[in-house]
Amino acid sequence: MAECHPVGFQWVMEAKARGTKVFHIDPRFTRTSAMADHHVPIRAGSDIVLLGALINHVLSGGHDFREYVLAYTNAADIVSAEFRDTEDLDGLFSGFDAESRTYDPASWSYEPAEEGEAAPRGGEHAGGGRHHAETARPDQYGSGGATAHPRPRRDETLTHPRCVYQLLKRHFSRYSPEMVEQMCGIPAADFHRLAAAVVAASGREHTTAWVYSVGWTQHTVGVQYIRSAAILQLLLGNMGRPGGGILALRGHASIQGSTDIPTLFNILPGYLPMPKAGVNRGLEEYLAHAATDTGFWGNKRSYLVSLLKSWWGDAATAANDYCYDYLPRLTGDHGTYSTVLGQIDGTVKGYFVVGENPAVGSSGGRTQRLGLAGLEWLVVRDMTLIETATFWRDGPEIETGELRPEDIGTEVFFLPAASHVEKEGTFTQTQRLLQWREKAVEPPGDCRSDLWFYYHLGKRIRQRLADDEIDRPLRDLTWDYPEHGESREPSAEAVLREINGTGPDGRALSSYLDLKADGSTRCGCWIYCGVYADEVNQAARRKPGGEQSLVAPEWGWAWPLNRRMLYNRASADPRGRPWSERKAYVWWDEERGEWTGADVPDFERDKSPDYRPPPGATAQAAISGTDPFIMQADGKGWLFAPSGLGDGPLPAHYEPHESPLPNLLYGQRANPARKIYDRPETPYNPAGSSRFPYVLTTYRLTEHHTAGGMSRTLPYLAELQPEMFCEVSPELAAERGLVNGGWATIVTSRAAIEARVLVSGRVRALRLQGRTIHQVGVPYHWGWAGGGVVTGDAANDLMPIVLDPNVYIQEGKASTCDIRPGRRPTGRALLDLIEEYRRE
Amino acid sequence: MGAREWAGRWPVLRQLAGQDPRRDAARSARTDALVPRTATADSVARSVCPYCAVGCGQLVYVKDGKVTQIEGDPDSPISRGRLCPKGSASKQLVTRPGRVTEVLYRRPHGTGWERLDLERAMDMIADRVVETRRRTWEQTCEGEQVRRTLGIASLGGATLDNEENYLMKKLYTAMGAVQIENQARI
Ligand code: SF4
Repeated sequence: MAECHPVGFQWVMEAKARGTKVFHIDPRFTRTSAMADHHVPIRAGSDIVLLGALINHVLSGGHDFREYVLAYTNAADIVSAEFRDTEDLDGLFSGFDAESRTYDPASWSYEPAEEGEAAPRGGEHAGGGRHHAETARPDQYGSGGATAHPRPRRDETLTHPRCVYQLLKRHFSRYSPEMVEQMCGIPAADFHRLAAAVVAASGREHTTAWVYSVGWTQHTVGVQYIRSAAILQLLLGNMGRPGGGILALRGHASIQGSTDIPTLFNILPGYLPMPKAGVNRGLEEYLAHAATDTGFWGNKRSYLVSLLKSWWGDAATAANDYCYDYLPRLTGDHGTYSTVLGQIDGTVKGYFVVGENPAVGSSGGRTQRLGLAGLEWLVVRDMTLIETATFWRDGPEIETGELRPEDIGTEVFFLPAASHVEKEGTFTQTQRLLQWREKAVEPPGDCRSDLWFYYHLGKRIRQRLADDEIDRPLRDLTWDYPEHGESREPSAEAVLREINGTGPDGRALSSYLDLKADGSTRCGCWIYCGVYADEVNQAARRKPGGEQSLVAPEWGWAWPLNRRMLYNRASADPRGRPWSERKAYVWWDEERGEWTGADVPDFERDKSPDYRPPPGATAQAAISGTDPFIMQADGKGWLFAPSGLGDGPLPAHYEPHESPLPNLLYGQRANPARKIYDRPETPYNPAGSSRFPYVLTTYRLTEHHTAGGMSRTLPYLAELQPEMFCEVSPELAAERGLVNGGWATIVTSRAAIEARVLVSGRVRALRLQGRTIHQVGVPYHWGWAGGGVVTGDAANDLMPIVLDPNVYIQEGKASTCDIRPGRRPTGRALLDLIEEYRRE
Repeated sequence: MGAREWAGRWPVLRQLAGQDPRRDAARSARTDALVPRTATADSVARSVCPYCAVGCGQLVYVKDGKVTQIEGDPDSPISRGRLCPKGSASKQLVTRPGRVTEVLYRRPHGTGWERLDLERAMDMIADRVVETRRRTWEQTCEGEQVRRTLGIASLGGATLDNEENYLMKKLYTAMGAVQIENQARI
């Protein structure tokens, strides 16, 4: 955190100054470790073993926050008798189909409270739709709420063998301190110190926070890493409470915003799923499957209809399902990696790359570049001539002679972009806070904002339309924004106002609770509704922090409804009283009959803790006054996920796709549902291969940013970190004859790259399973050109294309490699070297 | 100013005379006349750092239509005026001399860049989109309506503004392009 989110880390130091204990769990010793109380080195790719052992420690020692767990989680819910755990199936859950490598989650569901009670509507994908495994399930996760029975059978004594609490106990019992020692390389004494600290800092008076970044997500079990943390935090009562939570530190200025208003294939704005062919034929069918009916997702009709109205305006009417049929349909994985394979195969003809540098920044760089070379046309919008724009003249494949510029048919348009001070608009930072940026100066020359580009491109496309049926969605599209200045820049504020939404009177709405399903409201992203409340750009608010409470509600605007902490109703006990005075945050004011406190309550303001839903209630009315997790179908925190995940209702440790070690926990070595591509462009290192004996992991440096387009180009930053390097332990250096300051070549089946050697005690050799495991760390900021003041080989060329089955993120943080002294060969000899490694 | 007074202002003499060279004795007439760029700015824009997602507040100082300085915003409850090396260097992102400010074009099989007028480039891109979309249009897939094109894809960075992402998703969806992706998955 001190390395990659340095200014955010000041708050950790503030906490430490007040007595908080800080543990840093990371393969490397970094600036964060230097400031922490304890650094816990770990083998990359083994975190579920550690988290699972902490869960086991909490459960077997009776350290869970019982009152919180009983009231706010699904610990007492009873799961179907059909369910089989990894304990029964040696590393698989029930429902796995080996041929399609997918799970049918039907057997993971709750047992209904009343015999024969129908499964909830929307349960198709929860209840056995294996034939739509690709289109109806994994892509849908991360959108809408997973369905579950809102009233399962419960055992408040937590003793029923099929209640979630007992399932959890059994499932995690093999995650022992010994296992942590053998799998993570963390000595038992260090584990016990961590476990004791976590337990001591949880409960009524204390909370523990977990902070993570892509070190937890870029794995073939990435989603389950986060699930493990969620289980631990729920058991300890650390969710929805001040000083608690699981904090995702996102890596880019508006990566949160890019998810909320997604340029992602599987979702529409506000996490509404994109429609799937065959399953979501009409609006009604879409809504039946889109999300859960109980909890706040129950208003999905209002969210979607308001979105369609904002896109297609008066053309969207009740009679035509508000133009629902204008939405294109998905038929499976359309993620960035399968798109690149489509470029190689010739199905994808044109590609827009906007502020991104896949030729260097995405896994399997060579595959990315072959994809670019397979295009008919490519538009690159950036502030610098990044490698993605110049691959055809200076890419590594040109150097090796695999490709010649004359043979690459890709037509390339490079359009220079405006910088962050040359345009106005909002970023959404890591805590869901929108901050408006004022424009300082006009962009130079041909530089334009991306807002300008898409607005004017849209106008031009619309001028070129035919009278054809396929053009109707474009013809009917609302595409009128006020233009400013000589360059006719569209008004970002007008776009923000459209995102916020308007009511029947044309006035800006102030809450998503005001959205209607009858077409009378418009809203471009329901979770952002309120950012333009009272016709005021709330994201532009800048009341100085020093003049506000610690929560600082008048600085920017956080979605939803300016709530700074999600699920904060859990900061009070079931009766609505703070768990303790120290940890008071939001509570029920009996006299005034409303929730109040330091933050905007994440609960209906006047819903009493005594409220119980009537039978058949839907949406928020189905959430009782004691259920804080209001987006969930049952209002509970899910220790066990009866649906919504593509690789199991509980986290299980699986080895990375490429790993030097066996899985000591189960016969099943790697995640059975992980997404593998059987492609010659991107082969894999065999697991346990002696040819690739070392763990390879990538990371960032404080002084650079991602693929380097925004940092290698800056003399200040280039001077601070001038050269690509790899970090190895003294033991590995001795084993391989690597010299500090000299050169090394790192090899995988995909590529061989060179880097300067940094021999340091910061990457420690780990002793486990009777052997020594070495890890090689490489920063990924360099590329061969990119207008960089400094250049170097690209670490991502080494990485495999193998993905998490839930969200299709690549395993960038744990793979294998070989390392040898000296510079890499060039030209044909480089290809020969890689070929030699592949053969063996 | 008399000679004696002038010599008295000469830092070296004062330092030789035993005054602490790290303090006032280091000052010269020139340093006295210096004022920070932040004091002479024509305007100050309130902005946000474009690198990581901490979202540190920035104050962008402008003089004669040029960015002269970027500082941390002390009012921000997130950053309290601080910026890390990247945030502190961000002025160079805007003002560095090597920044490309013109449209470049590489024709199929070409070996070099050519200049292209921005308006012309926009027209050419719009032509490509319309033609490719029509050529690769898929009304149905395995008998089910899909109403889309798999011929056009997009990958955006996560420094895009919300408003930009919104127009992108809106336009692409209306076009029927579904392979719309972002750094957020990577
Ligand atoms: S100044 Fe540094 S910590 Fe702050 S937002 Fe920018 S990159 Fe992140």
